[in-house]
Amino acid sequence: MIRIDSVTKRYPDGTVAVDRLSLDIPDRSITVLVGPSGCGKTTTLRMINRMVEPSEGAILIDGVDSRQQPVNTLRRGMGYVIQNAGLFQHRTIVDNIATVPRMLGWSKDKARARARELMERVGLDASFAKRYPYQLSGGQQQRVGVARALAADPPVLLMDEPFSAVDPVVRKGLQDELLRIQAELGKTIVFVTHDIDEAVKLGTMVAVLRTGGRLAQFAPPAELLSDPADAFVEDFLGADRGIRRLSFFSSAGLELLTAPVVAIDATAEQIAARGAAESPYVLVTGLDGRPLGWSEPDRLTAGQIDVGRLLACGRPFVAGQDSLRAALDCAVLSPTGWAVAVDHEGRAAGVVSQDSIAEAIRGAHAAGREEPKTIKAGARKVIR
Amino acid sequence: MNVLNFVSAFFSDSAHWHGYDGIPTRLWEHVQYSLEALALAAAIGLPVGLVTGHYGRGGNVLSLFATAARALPTFGLLVVTTIVLGFGMLPVMIPLVILAVPPILVTTYEAVRSVDPSPVDAARGMGMREADVLLRVELPVALPLIFGGLRSAAIQIVSTATIAAYVSLGGLGRYIVDGLYQHDYEKVVGGAALVAGLALVTLALFWAAAKAAVSPGVRRST
Repeated sequence: MIRIDSVTKRYPDGTVAVDRLSLDIPDRSITVLVGPSGCGKTTTLRMINRMVEPSEGAILIDGVDSRQQPVNTLRRGMGYVIQNAGLFQHRTIVDNIATVPRMLGWSKDKARARARELMERVGLDASFAKRYPYQLSGGQQQRVGVARALAADPPVLLMDEPFSAVDPVVRKGLQDELLRIQAELGKTIVFVTHDIDEAVKLGTMVAVLRTGGRLAQFAPPAELLSDPADAFVEDFLGADRGIRRLSFFSSAGLELLTAPVVAIDATAEQIAARGAAESPYVLVTGLDGRPLGWSEPDRLTAGQIDVGRLLACGRPFVAGQDSLRAALDCAVLSPTGWAVAVDHEGRAAGVVSQDSIAEAIRGAHAAGREEPKTIKAGARKVIR
Repeated sequence: MNVLNFVSAFFSDSAHWHGYDGIPTRLWEHVQYSLEALALAAAIGLPVGLVTGHYGRGGNVLSLFATAARALPTFGLLVVTTIVLGFGMLPVMIPLVILAVPPILVTTYEAVRSVDPSPVDAARGMGMREADVLLRVELPVALPLIFGGLRSAAIQIVSTATIAAYVSLGGLGRYIVDGLYQHDYEKVVGGAALVAGLALVTLALFWAAAKAAVSPGVRRST
């Protein structure tokens, strides 16, 4: 465990970047440091590998003061990923990744073999091995940056705004990739970002810092969204934290209606039967069960259903897998106000109204207020 | 008679190809002086430029020194060093080295200083020793510019090494100095053509050396 123990960083000109910060960073999970610019998040990260030396306080790694060992030994035991990847432009991709193993005295062949293994792990095609950084896109370069940090298999990974410089689509891909890699490798990751959405998505624990380098709140993301410690945290989370919090509730409990779903080859009796009281619309599916679109039942003629005249049903959510946020999003975007649920194969599993989703949200909130509190209290580590 | 006629007359005279005053001897002397001066200038300029560039300090002192050194008239300096030190190699080397150090020093300093800071930060963060950060991260990226500094220094040396002849030494300057004295313009023009040719060869050599030494990753991206 990395323990940041009452650490202060004061610069010679008197600026205080980090002010008596204490944090216990749990092993094998992602701890995100988030806050506005000037909150000392990057300084805090850089104090962990001693790129910046604390003015007061200490950083303990598994109980040992980080100043006990030579600084380069400490750094070689921690992967370091920075914003623009910081690749060595004169080295090929494979040699960039092999840097730390080579510094640790591995043979060239062994280091390169390891580098190729990591390229695969971070989702880079083997054909990139002999290329140079300038031949890669920003997102690919950052994958190399992550692979390079992982090369010597360090237990700790320090990531300083690694995905800030890439476009949103690539960023989402990199975030998903990081979560996947983390599920496989279980590193202790300290991740700095100014993007609260990224923090909530990636963090097992999120530390919100305020300007002047003081800790505002340290909590799991769901708790951050439900119980912001003060007005600053609430403000930083943004206006739609209620909606975002729904990401943490499963859509598994939603009651799906299967009655308003008809196949494209339905008979007149079936259509008439389906378009009854439960929903003013019916969802037409193809013969494979995939949703095609919505229609009012009396506009459908059995045997002659024209797919082109159906109302688009938009993107469905995967029942049980997606969150209530996704379900609500589908319902809000749907022309009928009803969300379409599909199974893992994309076949329509049923439909659900905004009202039912709202009820499920109320239920989830009520449950959240009662029982999970004890679990959260255990995980909560606000240290002042 | 025009200049080209002078040149062809000079090179077709077989007397110019033999003996202690023959073209091969004079050319070789010239190359020796130039190499020696370049090696000395590089031995001073490269390490100082690399270290100051790496730490990003001393830039003002450097440019002050470089401007002062450039302002020194090479020929005047030669006269002074010869008066003080007498005839010999050293009085010639001093002005040539002083001529060549500023371009090497200043471009090396600028080249290292202008290296993108993020790979340097990454290198330190992964526990690279400071000397390796300079030699394995900054130097390879700064190399094209450093070669540029060495090249312009080398060309200045090659063209200025003719002054050695004024203080009784050899080199291609011999033809120019003696030719002027003897009113033998064929010799003057021939000597000048040889110096120009050698400068072009120097240019080509540096181009080839840079191509061989600079990583394709750096060459294409800068």
